Amino acid sequence: MYSKGLAPLAAATAVTITAALAMVFFYAPNDADQGFVQKIFYIHVPMAIVALCGFVAGGVFAIQHLRSGDSSWDLRSYVAIHLSIILGVGVLATGSIWARASWGHWWVWDEPVLVSFLIVFLLYCVYYPLRFSIEDPGRQARYSSVFAIAAGAFVPLNFTAVRMAESFTHPRVLSQTGGDLPGDMRLTFLVSLLGVALLFVTLWKLELTAKHASMQLKRLRNERLRNRARVAA
Amino acid sequence: MPALPLDEAGKYVAGAYVVFVALILVYVAIIGAKIARIDRQISELVASEDDE
Repeated sequence: MYSKGLAPLAAATAVTITAALAMVFFYAPNDADQGFVQKIFYIHVPMAIVALCGFVAGGVFAIQHLRSGDSSWDLRSYVAIHLSIILGVGVLATGSIWARASWGHWWVWDEPVLVSFLIVFLLYCVYYPLRFSIEDPGRQARYSSVFAIAAGAFVPLNFTAVRMAESFTHPRVLSQTGGDLPGDMRLTFLVSLLGVALLFVTLWKLELTAKHASMQLKRLRNERLRNRARVAA
Repeated sequence: MPALPLDEAGKYVAGAYVVFVALILVYVAIIGAKIARIDRQISELVASEDDE
């Protein structure tokens, strides 16, 4: 069901990520201001963009779940949020490393981009205790969907608020004028973004396949137990 | 701040990319272990079905 097209997708992901890494280190020039350390940008920013899009996608899948009542949409929403949180850990870690190298501090509390991402990340960390504190599967899916929609709506709102903030310490990469990236840097960035996006979709499908197989197995076991009980009776 | 020299900047860049690779590897290893467990449980189910 979920594994359809997984093999070619995984191959495309491997090729794109390899191409992106080759471009980062052998094609894109060093930044005139930051030098070699700016190479962190090609992994940090794509992860952040894909994580935020994953959170929003989780909200969209949750809307589908509430509209249709089909639990497979809840599963899609859960896996998208789960993967985005993992990417979020990567964003915070690589961001801290970059901040230390560029600004001399592991974390800067008065920088809106950093703090707002941390707030979004912590908000989604609440999703796990909320989801797994509810035992009834129907209620669990419904409550989780409501959370995913509310939090998913907060993500673009938060992004817009940060863009309107006054601080300019954190570089603006995506703007209406295309940012300050020269052509070769922009191409490298776009290939990296595509690679991380493909990686997200591949891992999302992989986890969905594993979870679906596990659920099918549980259903088979329960059916077998019921049959045994019927025979015994 | 002025740009860091290559030997110092290299450590930070390597650190960031190692974090990314490590995250993906750990995630794939966990999913791989899950799939292996499901495979084993299916084999057990089939074996017990054959015994009956």
